[in-house]
Amino acid sequence: MYGGGYIHDDQKKKPEMQAEDPVLLAEFEARIARGEKIEPRDWMPADYRRQLIRMIEQHAHSEIIGALPEGTWITRAPGFRRKLALMAKVQDEVGHAQLLYSAAETLGKSREDMINDLINGKSKYSNVFNYPAKTWADVAVIGFLIDAAAIVNQVANSKGSYGPYCRALERICYEESFHLKQGHSVFVYLATGTPTQRAMVQDALNRWWQPIMHFFGPSDKMSQHTETLMRWKVKMASNDDMRQQFLSMYVPKIWEIGLTLPDPNLKKNPETNQWEFTEPDWNEFYEVIKGNGPCNAERLAVRRASEERGAWVRAALKRADQHYVTPLA
Amino acid sequence: MFNTDTLNALRRLLLAMADDHLIIGHRNSEWTGLGPILEEDIAFSSIAQDKIGHALGLYSILYEQLGEADPDTLAFMRNETDFTSCQLVEYPIGEYDFSLVRHLLFDVAALIRFEDASHSAYDPLAKLARKVKGEIKYHVFHASTFVKQLGQGSEESKARMQSALNQNMALALGMFESFEGEALLVQQGIYKGEAAIRTAWLGEVGAIVEEAGLKMPDAEKLEPIYGGRKGFHTEYLQPLLDEMTEVFRIDPAAEW
Repeated sequence: MYGGGYIHDDQKKKPEMQAEDPVLLAEFEARIARGEKIEPRDWMPADYRRQLIRMIEQHAHSEIIGALPEGTWITRAPGFRRKLALMAKVQDEVGHAQLLYSAAETLGKSREDMINDLINGKSKYSNVFNYPAKTWADVAVIGFLIDAAAIVNQVANSKGSYGPYCRALERICYEESFHLKQGHSVFVYLATGTPTQRAMVQDALNRWWQPIMHFFGPSDKMSQHTETLMRWKVKMASNDDMRQQFLSMYVPKIWEIGLTLPDPNLKKNPETNQWEFTEPDWNEFYEVIKGNGPCNAERLAVRRASEERGAWVRAALKRADQHYVTPLA
Repeated sequence: MFNTDTLNALRRLLLAMADDHLIIGHRNSEWTGLGPILEEDIAFSSIAQDKIGHALGLYSILYEQLGEADPDTLAFMRNETDFTSCQLVEYPIGEYDFSLVRHLLFDVAALIRFEDASHSAYDPLAKLARKVKGEIKYHVFHASTFVKQLGQGSEESKARMQSALNQNMALALGMFESFEGEALLVQQGIYKGEAAIRTAWLGEVGAIVEEAGLKMPDAEKLEPIYGGRKGFHTEYLQPLLDEMTEVFRIDPAAEW
């Protein structure tokens, strides 16, 4: 689901921008300007490669870590219909991770290296998955609103410049649209159900609202993303634009069904046509990125344990007569 | 068309099959997000979905044809002692070796059952079995491919496969516990019968085990772990049911 608009890039560890051959660079930028896709064997600036690996890798990690909070509800889903739908949904997310790791591998970093960086805490994933899924209603809010937010971001990114990533995203977006339907259905059943069910979904909404507002990342005014990334079509839409688009599409749906959002200042300004809201706590956002969110440690511990428990399987499947092949994108 | 005794035996058969599939599907789904490799994570999840779907199909026959409660009620509202799943499927997933070998042993039996049931004199079962058996072929293919690779992989993987096989075998033989009225179903061409399925199963599992370079435990010397078909379960089933029904029980009358 879940790229999220915000892609973490530690500025202190960022290598110096490499000097590129001006002729090749101009040619590369002209191709992108013409709307052409860049393919794995094409020339590309080192920083383009680095930024893409970082972005696709973080997206892939978000998919496998994102499977954890929802995955814990598969065994508790109420009734056959919900159980089957949630199983299929979470399986899709793991499938997305597989697609995305393959897309990132075309840029020269192996899946193993990426997963090692994830479990060592070197590589990030979307902050939303560092919050707990406490009740069944969280499945509704995640499936409906977080998948919806992810779709806004991923549809934008699918028009980016790197061919393998775009193709993976097209398929992902297609599947995400079913996830959104699944989440929406659970959401509507709870919102229109018994008082207990309604209270569950309202509570989940209250808890998730801030992480959802965080999802697209800080305002572009505060963000360190350069215009180069936009020119190279690595980043396709601004965080603010994506957040506005999301609010326009989903806040009315939430209000229509009679639920509330925990921000008294949330309203659309009819003059500017822009949503106004209370700024979420950005301090918390950066704390969660640093690893201090409510579930960071647990998520990584689960991932690390499953890597360790599966190590003997991977070792046994390795064949001495076969070596690593970069996947075809 | 069938007399009361036959219909009751048919109910027992369908319920046991449905419960087996529900519980193994539930167990296999616990691998979601935790598999040893992404591809295996996806495979286990996909197989688990099929199992839950097969359970739903079997419960639906009980509901639509045989006057039992609807599938959600059967799956989510019965007491532990009303479940007639075998004990093999109840055990926690353990390590991947245990889950993989259980998956093989269960699915080879499921394939034999459904292949035979596709010619059953009881039409609703035959119809379902014709649809389901094609899916189970892939489950057996998946399990046997991995058991063979790991059986011939590293020293560790060989040892793990062998010990998982030894550990699973008596439990797996418990799948073939006979039930009241079984003979009536065999006589009327509704069902192959547990003894015949067991014989076929031993042959097929034995061949896969041999190809995997592992040693087949001697089934004749093992005491099968029976009881499940009569509602006697391990300490693992009740917690599984508690977890499975946790949300549903908040308000069973509510629409979820």
